[in-house]
Amino acid sequence: MKVKSLKTRGSSEVRTGLIMLSPFLILFFVFTVLPILSSVVLSFTTYDMISAPKFNGISNYIKMFSSDDMFPNVLRNTLVLAIITGPIGYMLSFVLAWMINELNRTARTILSFLFYAPALSSNVYFIWQVLFSGDSYGYINSALLSLGVVSEPIQWFKDANYVMVIIVVVQLWMSMGISFLSNISGLQNVNPEMYEAGCIDGIRNRWAELWYITLPSMKPILLFGAVMQIQSSFSIGAVVTALAGFPSVNYSVDTLVTLIQDVGTSRYEMGYAAALSVFLFAMMAVSRVIIGKVVDAIGR
Amino acid sequence: MKNVKAQYRRYTRSSWGNFFYFFFLILFGLFSVLPMIYTVCTSLKPLEEILIFPPRFFVTRPVIDNYTALPKLLSNLSVPLSRYIFNSLFVSVSTTVLHIFIASMAAFVIAKVKFKGSQTLFMLIQFALLYNAYTLAIPQYVIFSKLNIIDTYWVYILPYLPSTLGVFLVKQFIDSSIPDALLEAGRIDGAGIFRIYYQIALPIMKPAWLTLALFAFRDIWSMQPAGTIFSEELKMLPNIMSTISAGGIARSGSAMAATVILLIPPIIVYMVSQGSVMETMGSAGIKG
Repeated sequence: MKVKSLKTRGSSEVRTGLIMLSPFLILFFVFTVLPILSSVVLSFTTYDMISAPKFNGISNYIKMFSSDDMFPNVLRNTLVLAIITGPIGYMLSFVLAWMINELNRTARTILSFLFYAPALSSNVYFIWQVLFSGDSYGYINSALLSLGVVSEPIQWFKDANYVMVIIVVVQLWMSMGISFLSNISGLQNVNPEMYEAGCIDGIRNRWAELWYITLPSMKPILLFGAVMQIQSSFSIGAVVTALAGFPSVNYSVDTLVTLIQDVGTSRYEMGYAAALSVFLFAMMAVSRVIIGKVVDAIGR
Repeated sequence: MKNVKAQYRRYTRSSWGNFFYFFFLILFGLFSVLPMIYTVCTSLKPLEEILIFPPRFFVTRPVIDNYTALPKLLSNLSVPLSRYIFNSLFVSVSTTVLHIFIASMAAFVIAKVKFKGSQTLFMLIQFALLYNAYTLAIPQYVIFSKLNIIDTYWVYILPYLPSTLGVFLVKQFIDSSIPDALLEAGRIDGAGIFRIYYQIALPIMKPAWLTLALFAFRDIWSMQPAGTIFSEELKMLPNIMSTISAGGIARSGSAMAATVILLIPPIIVYMVSQGSVMETMGSAGIKG
């Protein structure tokens, strides 16, 4: 009798649950899954957006690795940017959230607002354009000139040596986004009793507390932040186009994302753009799997 | 016990540590807020200060002319300004609210109702998040036109609702803060799964959906759809920016003034949502 009642409750719960899930499920399928599937299918075709797609097997993928001169370059830039800005940006967004967590509410709200400001502002790149402007009116150039460090203004965005560094700095400066906010709310939600219990168990400094209590109890939030970080650091593109233009000097900072947009928008090769997207996705998916293992190991 | 309570969290820092702590926080904070300060400064600059060479960051003689010029600049829009304001508020608020409900409901079911395929679905959601958005624009456009939602409010709202980020965030939050035992209590009281979601889970998940609200509102508020909205009476506020900027450099002060005004609603949402996230400290932890 008891077993039966549990079972009926279970199945009715699943039924109600699926009804609650259905709005998301339907919209997710229509607006996300279907477009992704079509994009994957398109990657095996030639498609100029005017005539119907023509199946061409894996020739888009062959082209990527054998005859596209830009591809090795943008692949290297994408990886360099992801490997530098990914981990640093991620740690920064956690460390800052953690640092302000011990302040009082007003100080926390104000500081978190300041850190989040680049994500709210609509003209974020502008400030960097004025700072690093290539003529002597740029703030950095005019400072260097008046100090006598340089004799003529430096073309910051036209010099392959500088432009990569600038892009990395700007990207890190903008990394206080959704993972920063989720870290704040995750830290808020750590049960205070855990800290008390930790104190009884012999934890005597904030680093041990961080490693053995704080981090393990917010693992799911850490994973969320890591996935968002993978997404943003592999998808650097807008900042490159805004600051370095397209194409950047000698393609020194162009990424897979700017290449995809160029191939799609100005060359109308949607099939090839789709193949590049599939490849980019594969790299992110691999990183996601690795990150999952890293987050699992926290606090051990 | 009382002793321990008073002493926990009082791990001290050396005075050098304290110095670097505040130095770093304040420096990074000021650095981050620069573009916002620049926007506000420029919006208060008289024309001669905007044209000055070398350009100055701060305003020396602030005026509000750029703001007072806005009503006149916007008086000859083909659609009254109030319509843009209505569109922006209507679309942003309704999408944000619907998104929070749809995403949190889905996340709750995935996290707490055991059904076949829930793990697969959750992996799918996470991986879908990683797919390049630009490439999806073409297939999405085809779907919009098949559904006949191009040039309607729906084209703003519907595609945003299943944004996978929301489900992922709320699901992770549930995993770290809502133990099954808590739901069991609701079940024993005879509550159905929807009531458990609505009355027990939703209040605990408040920090997560407030964060989501901020994020969604900010996204939609600044949205400028490309090629899916043609009717002027359906366009949102960011579109009037082009009308103002068309005046060239002489109008750049007013363009900045409009930018500042457009920044206000997201800032208000930020303050309300984060202020209340911060408030939940300590009370949100589930006992036991």
